[in-house]
Amino acid sequence: MSHKTKLMLLAIGSVVAISLFLFVGLTGNWQYILERRFTRIIAIAVTGAVIAIATIIFQTITNNRILTPSLIGLDALYQLIQTFIIFFYGSTSLSATNQTVNFFLSIGLMIVFALILFKLLFKRGNNIYFLLLIGLIFGTFFQSLSTFMQVLIDPNEFLIVQNRMFASFNNVQTDLLYMSIGIIVVTLLYLLRFTKYLDVLSLGKSHAVNLGVDYNRVVQQLMVIVAILMAVATALVGPIMFLGILVVNVTYEMFKTYKHSVLILATVFVSIIALVGGQFIIDRVFNFSTTLSVVINLVGGVYFLYLILKENRTW
Amino acid sequence: MVKIKDVTKLYGDTAVVDHVSMTIPKGKITSFIGPNGAGKSTLLSIVSRLIAKDEGEVLIDGEEVSATNNKALAKKLSILKQANDINVRLTVRQLVSFGRFPYSQGRLTDIDEKMIDSAIHYMELETMENKFLDQLSGGQKQRAYIAMVIAQDTEYILLDEPLNNLDMKHSVQIMKVLRRLADELGKTIVIVLHDVNFASVYSDYIVALRDGKVIKKGPTDEIIRNGVLKEVYDMDIKIQDIDQCRICLYFS
Repeated sequence: MSHKTKLMLLAIGSVVAISLFLFVGLTGNWQYILERRFTRIIAIAVTGAVIAIATIIFQTITNNRILTPSLIGLDALYQLIQTFIIFFYGSTSLSATNQTVNFFLSIGLMIVFALILFKLLFKRGNNIYFLLLIGLIFGTFFQSLSTFMQVLIDPNEFLIVQNRMFASFNNVQTDLLYMSIGIIVVTLLYLLRFTKYLDVLSLGKSHAVNLGVDYNRVVQQLMVIVAILMAVATALVGPIMFLGILVVNVTYEMFKTYKHSVLILATVFVSIIALVGGQFIIDRVFNFSTTLSVVINLVGGVYFLYLILKENRTW
Repeated sequence: MVKIKDVTKLYGDTAVVDHVSMTIPKGKITSFIGPNGAGKSTLLSIVSRLIAKDEGEVLIDGEEVSATNNKALAKKLSILKQANDINVRLTVRQLVSFGRFPYSQGRLTDIDEKMIDSAIHYMELETMENKFLDQLSGGQKQRAYIAMVIAQDTEYILLDEPLNNLDMKHSVQIMKVLRRLADELGKTIVIVLHDVNFASVYSDYIVALRDGKVIKKGPTDEIIRNGVLKEVYDMDIKIQDIDQCRICLYFS
């Protein structure tokens, strides 16, 4: 099968998944139901696409297909922010209840953190693995801090914190969704300037430099793009750890190409199918008894172990 | 012309390249020889901007390397490192096509395709151009990488131990290709070599390094001498003329 047919099939698959989600079991006040479902499906599709794109860029920069952008520590920071707000201000405070304030606070802090981290590290040479190591350490630090605070707070408040630790598409606010889409579109437009370098970057640093890529600058810009995309997705629905690894690796397996023009488009479709399909099953089969990110993390975790055990170095 | 002026690279307090200066002549093959840790590869990486230097200047056609526009420099100078593990699954032709990136930025034109064809032809890779790199032997892979550098069509070609892990036949084949590139196409080639005999037989100029310093540089027959080699390698090396080649006997 050529890449074009495969892409077409994936596109059809995404449309089918989306229409299933939208139209199955549409009874009663269908206008209201459809409107609610529509918001959710957009939230799902957008986050899925964004996480997949961020992961593919991140893996290309690091030349490693089992890494995820959460290694920079953004997820952990998000959890810390949420815990911190409830710990110090309580679950009834403005920043905890007002989603818009919370959203922009989270995004702002995550991006500022990422920028400071990059600034500090890129100043002293450009070792991407050193950056990941520091990110990992910060992530663990943030997580320990959150746990520390979570142990101290009132159990009722803890439930609210815990709720935010898992991604959920069930109560995404419409206005935040559109604002997120705005930020994402601008970021993706900026990404367009760098897409031609992605193929070359996948050859590794020395080849990329040899072929005239301004390596340090391009990698820095791409890392900023990854950070913004991940921050928006996380602030919108909460942290989803393994989704990126899962869908991106499925895409690599399906397409076996190095061309990012194909890979990026394909991974967006795969991600939409996985998320929308998964959410559909959770809604209709499990009757909301669990959240999608639990399932994704389970499936993704198992696949991740499989990848490590297989030790497949070529893709 | 490549001019290296007083270049120094420090790792901590130790200088791996220590105030090295030289001029690399155009259209010739220049070899860097020396024992392990002499700073040959580091010097080559500095010249090709892969590693930043701590002091000194590297001028290529009068322009400082670290200040030159990367894209423009990629059309003038290419570098092939010794470890070329690529994580991506590529065919030979796809790899060679990457050599055209500085010109096409990923969108190959007819001219690019022609250059790719001729690079593949030059390295005699036509029969395997659609094979994946991981299906090839070490020698074939090395030829594919050199084909990529040829497709890049640069005036200066820097190669870091291109004969690493290759058998005699493939080593000779690659050295002959490099000779042709210099003689027929007028390319300036700088190679790091471990085997003094390949340096002796195929290069025009030799730079002998040790502990980050240039011990001696000059035309091949001035370097392949007992006294110089003793100073570089710390061992007595007998040299004999066989079929007009100066061969070093260092085995006993």
